[in-house]
Amino acid sequence: MTDLARTNDAAFTGPVLQAVNLSKNFQKLQVFQNLSLDLQRGEVVALIGPSGSGKSTFLRCLNMMETPSSGQVLYQGASVIPSFRDRGDQIGIGTLRRNVGMVFQHFNLFPHMTVLQNVCEGPISVKRMPKAEAQALGMHFLGLVGLAEKHDSYPSKLSGGQKQRVAIARALAMQPGVLLLDEVTSALDPELVGEVLDVIRTLAREGITMAIVTHEMAFAADVSSRVLFLDKGRIAAEGSPDEIIFNPSDERLSNFVSRTRN
Amino acid sequence: MTYTWDFHSIWQNFDLFWFGLQVTVLYTVGSIVFGVLIGIATCAARLSRWRFLGYFARLYQELFRCTPLLVQLLWFYYAFPLLVGVNVDNHFAAMLTLSLYVGAFYAEIFRGGIISIDRGQQEAAAAIGMSPSQAMWRIIAPQAIKRMLPSFINQSVIQFKNTSLISVLSVADLAYMAAVVNGQTYRPLESYTVMALLYLAILVPVTQLADLLEKRMRTSD
Repeated sequence: MTDLARTNDAAFTGPVLQAVNLSKNFQKLQVFQNLSLDLQRGEVVALIGPSGSGKSTFLRCLNMMETPSSGQVLYQGASVIPSFRDRGDQIGIGTLRRNVGMVFQHFNLFPHMTVLQNVCEGPISVKRMPKAEAQALGMHFLGLVGLAEKHDSYPSKLSGGQKQRVAIARALAMQPGVLLLDEVTSALDPELVGEVLDVIRTLAREGITMAIVTHEMAFAADVSSRVLFLDKGRIAAEGSPDEIIFNPSDERLSNFVSRTRN
Repeated sequence: MTYTWDFHSIWQNFDLFWFGLQVTVLYTVGSIVFGVLIGIATCAARLSRWRFLGYFARLYQELFRCTPLLVQLLWFYYAFPLLVGVNVDNHFAAMLTLSLYVGAFYAEIFRGGIISIDRGQQEAAAAIGMSPSQAMWRIIAPQAIKRMLPSFINQSVIQFKNTSLISVLSVADLAYMAAVVNGQTYRPLESYTVMALLYLAILVPVTQLADLLEKRMRTSD
């Protein structure tokens, strides 16, 4: 199977990304146990829950940024092995990450590169795309996040919100099948949160498949098609935003939601 | 006490100084090049997942950082040949020791630079599908090199001065040649003053350049 056949295959109709019975522990500390998730193409899933519930670690296992202690991750039905290279029908971490983008809480832009270089780095050095083509692609995604005119700036000259939008453009430039967002507004000044959330809403409308860890309940309700409530390393509740955020049945959930909504 | 400075005989022997200076520069540049290679390898071993490699690298570093360079030179020239039963040429012993010595320090400078880079950089590189070596050379190293440059230049300046110790193995460097000139002219004050001025003349521009470079890098952040 070639890379192309395996990735971003529009004909593939199953869940684009799956977690099957994932568990993670650091030495004796159990972070989460037996979590499973099927992410369908075009779906936006929000992961909510109190801090320490394991939602970020779970998200980081989906692109093997953390190695799960047990269980399996599958991308378009192919199981992922914990080595960089593919082996037979199994895909390695390299292939997985080319197809599953991630945006971090602290942006992690490359400070020695301009905004456009940040965005083009993946296509050029990972996908071996010709430079001119990568730059055109980069400008397209910078335009999408509203920062085309900043393409020549260095990250240190940008506001937090702008940095995060560049980080989103950098992830999109790999044209991933799935985008993972790990508390992408938590490090931002309150007045800068809106511009980043607006970009993510645009992506949801464009049909980008996303898994989002967030503390912004209103945003989660607005952007997601499905909400998972994680508590103490388990999925305590799962359903539509309506069921989970607006009409929570579970007591812990309703406590959590009423504390964080507003 | 009155002493009349007389540089006449020194100028007559200036070709000896010139030769010595060239040897000193050669050993400095040579040991820096080998030292950088040794330093990179040692740094890679220290950061490697294989603990055994790390311990081995650490042992080498401690041996060379915690014994005097003079002692190392004497050991490699006089003791090492007895150990391995092969005659060691003094030029070889000098270059080998200088390189191993500076490599141990470079490794620590490189390691410090690399681990000072935020872990998020490695993660961001990994997240777009880069292999660990791509992440190192495209993302981590360019940032780390910038941070380690001042210490690297500083260590290299010290290395230039340290080469004077190879004169004890009769390698004809600047310090050795100054002694030769002194032996011929009986003018120690002039001979050794000219030697000191020559070291100074090379290193002052280097340190000035280093300061300038550091200032420029700080403003480009």
